[in-house]
Amino acid sequence: MIQDLLAPAVLIGIASSGIRLATPYLYATIGETFGQLSGVLNLGVEGIMLMGAYSGFYVTFKTGNPVLGLLAAIVVGGLMGLGMAIISVTFQAEQGISGIGVYLFGLGMSDLLFQKSLGTVETVSGFQPVEIPFLSQIPVLGQIFFRHNLLVYAAFLLVPVAWFVINKTTWGLKIQAVGQNPAAADALGVSVSAVRYATVTLGGVLSGIAGASLSIGLLNVFQQNLTSGMGFIAVALVYFGGWSPVGVLLGSLLFSLVNALQNWVQVLGIPIPSDFAVMMPYVLTILALVFAVRKVTQPAALTKPFERGEG
Amino acid sequence: MLTSAPHRIQRVELRDIVKRFPGVLANDHVNFEVQAGEVHALLGENGAGKTTLMRILYGLYQPDEGQILIDSRPVTIESPADSIRHGIGMIHQHFMLVPSLSVAANVALGLRSTREPLLDLEVVKERVRQLAEAYSMLVDPDAMLWQLAVGEQQRVEILKSLYRGAALLILDEPTAVLTPQEVEEFFVTLRRMADEGHALIFISHKLHEVLSISDRVTVLRNGQVVKTLKTADTNRQELARLMVGREVLLRVKRKPVQLGPPRLVIQDLWALGDKGLPAVRGVSLEVRAGEILGIAGVSGNGQRELAQTLAGLRKATQGRVLIDGDDVTGWAPDRLIAQGLSYIPEERMEDGVIRDMTVEENMMLEDHGRPPFARGIFLNFSAIAEHCDRLIGDFEIKTPSRRTPLGNLSGGNIQKLILARSLSRTPSVLIASQPTRGVDIGSTEYIHQRLIAQREQGTATVLISEDLDEVRNLSDRIAVMYEGRIMGIVERDEATVEQLGLMMAGVPMEEAAGQTG
Repeated sequence: MIQDLLAPAVLIGIASSGIRLATPYLYATIGETFGQLSGVLNLGVEGIMLMGAYSGFYVTFKTGNPVLGLLAAIVVGGLMGLGMAIISVTFQAEQGISGIGVYLFGLGMSDLLFQKSLGTVETVSGFQPVEIPFLSQIPVLGQIFFRHNLLVYAAFLLVPVAWFVINKTTWGLKIQAVGQNPAAADALGVSVSAVRYATVTLGGVLSGIAGASLSIGLLNVFQQNLTSGMGFIAVALVYFGGWSPVGVLLGSLLFSLVNALQNWVQVLGIPIPSDFAVMMPYVLTILALVFAVRKVTQPAALTKPFERGEG
Repeated sequence: MLTSAPHRIQRVELRDIVKRFPGVLANDHVNFEVQAGEVHALLGENGAGKTTLMRILYGLYQPDEGQILIDSRPVTIESPADSIRHGIGMIHQHFMLVPSLSVAANVALGLRSTREPLLDLEVVKERVRQLAEAYSMLVDPDAMLWQLAVGEQQRVEILKSLYRGAALLILDEPTAVLTPQEVEEFFVTLRRMADEGHALIFISHKLHEVLSISDRVTVLRNGQVVKTLKTADTNRQELARLMVGREVLLRVKRKPVQLGPPRLVIQDLWALGDKGLPAVRGVSLEVRAGEILGIAGVSGNGQRELAQTLAGLRKATQGRVLIDGDDVTGWAPDRLIAQGLSYIPEERMEDGVIRDMTVEENMMLEDHGRPPFARGIFLNFSAIAEHCDRLIGDFEIKTPSRRTPLGNLSGGNIQKLILARSLSRTPSVLIASQPTRGVDIGSTEYIHQRLIAQREQGTATVLISEDLDEVRNLSDRIAVMYEGRIMGIVERDEATVEQLGLMMAGVPMEEAAGQTG
């Protein structure tokens, strides 16, 4: 039975679904990376993902057009990110607590709207796989990398784009400075609030897309608590990845591959209790944090509201 | 990121500036003026209103009343960005730098790039090199900031301002982090900038520095200008009097004391710093009864970690500590206190007192579990009250009552409370870490006298201070700490500033003596 996992077709299947499953993690972690680099810890990612997943699904269900669904997820995610920014930047609320509030809001609200508007689990036709000409014909690699939907490709493209923005643009420099030493940035005329509003709102947008990538990309359904903790794992992955896009890419892939593996373990009927298989990503989260966190330097001002003239 | 050529400021004037904070009048109709080509010192004690005034000029605070004029034109400065635009730069006491970024990135932060939205660090680096050369301040634009020594970081701060075309530079206590030699180099740079037509404001409470670098001095006290005078026409004694408002003893009198046997013995002590790297690296010292051993050094060379290790707040990874012959290595603070150790911590608000508790409660933090202040599990309030009232009187602590919340006291009085608490049990060993940092001159004078007097009680004192004058005034012997090691121990009478300065920069004692002797 175990050796079934090593059959070429199964390995390709695991790798391919690993790539696909990395999508929601990538959007959420890169969005959260921007926020945390600027000093704001948004624990509400999970709630924003759920709202993004619901709104994307609902609009797609009503219009039949997943692009409109995606736009809805972007708007809803952005608004929730903006809300988090208002709470944590303008009102300087304790970020750990307010993030949990945003999560609970998203969890409850998405379910309420789902119950009121749909009531039962429906399916939609979301983003369809697009085979990239030529590349998708390469044996093995083509199957693994080039037969996914657009949201998957975009998620991976986001990694170098985010790296470039953070390291090669003036805005990226401001983000890093604001997260490390907001007083210094302020003294040089950088608006700490403006930078944090932008990054947290961007994080909301990307979390919304992360949710939609599940409900109208990978699964094409919506149900209560669809994300089941992915948003929290994403927050952990940002620490794991050391606040760098490449780091969160590696973390996302690690988790999605473990996820894919446990799916296949269940599909193949390998006699491991399914609860253990399902547990794997979460156990891995804990282990990853235990071993990863200490090495990296986290933004010095993370979770600290900024007020001028304190120091 | 090329900035406009530095436009010259001829004269900046602050007129009748008033700034109130809740319960405090920080600036009371202050008039101040600085001109191109001069170094104008702003002298005053902590809390005199120097930093507030300069923060107003730099746009960090808004004045409640008054006017700022640049070349006789009234201006409003609402933010640091405004003041930068007017050609004003400020070097803060705590550097405004981002440690995870390179020197060039720190300089470029907040400036428009020549190819917005992309960074143009190559252009910045080239210009930083030119500026660094022009003012002979050696800095590598590619270095990461966290790798730089404090003196280098300060140069980056100055370059940052010059890069932005600052014609007026405000320097807030810039020498606090430098060795005496670095201060000399730094003064050369300041002179050069003044000669090139920059206006410089030098904030300080160190009299000798003000006397050696400034052209004019303005003395502030309690938020008001006491006097502005030409440096050439004044002297140390007069400045001290203006600053404090009465005659001041600049040197404490010391009675000779018969030294007893060694009370504190440290043998090859090692301890890790906050980042997990060794911060105390093989320190061996002996302090005798009735002796003050001063530990001098630039901040961040392991003094803080050494003090914490001796106080039982940091684990020693190697070596031994003995008090009166007993091996106390690794003991918890309460056992050390029982053994006769007292500790005056460097971060007094964080490690020394609890702001929201009363004076009385703070006074009893260490001894509340011991008779006569405790009987079994109960507190003996009458004994506590009597003890506190006596200490408040003895140590001249200015407080409305022993029930006043500690946060209402001034820094100097809080430090006197900690001193009272530490000395009230006649310690065998006293670790005094920066005992007068941020404390007004009056309280400093008092604390110094107390530490000196404590020698007669047979206390062995370790005095850790970054203020070289303090160390030289009080200590019987002076050890210099550099990168976690003791560079050597100099007898009080043989110690010269030059030799100590070289040792603070890492030159071993014999060599330092040779270079200066």
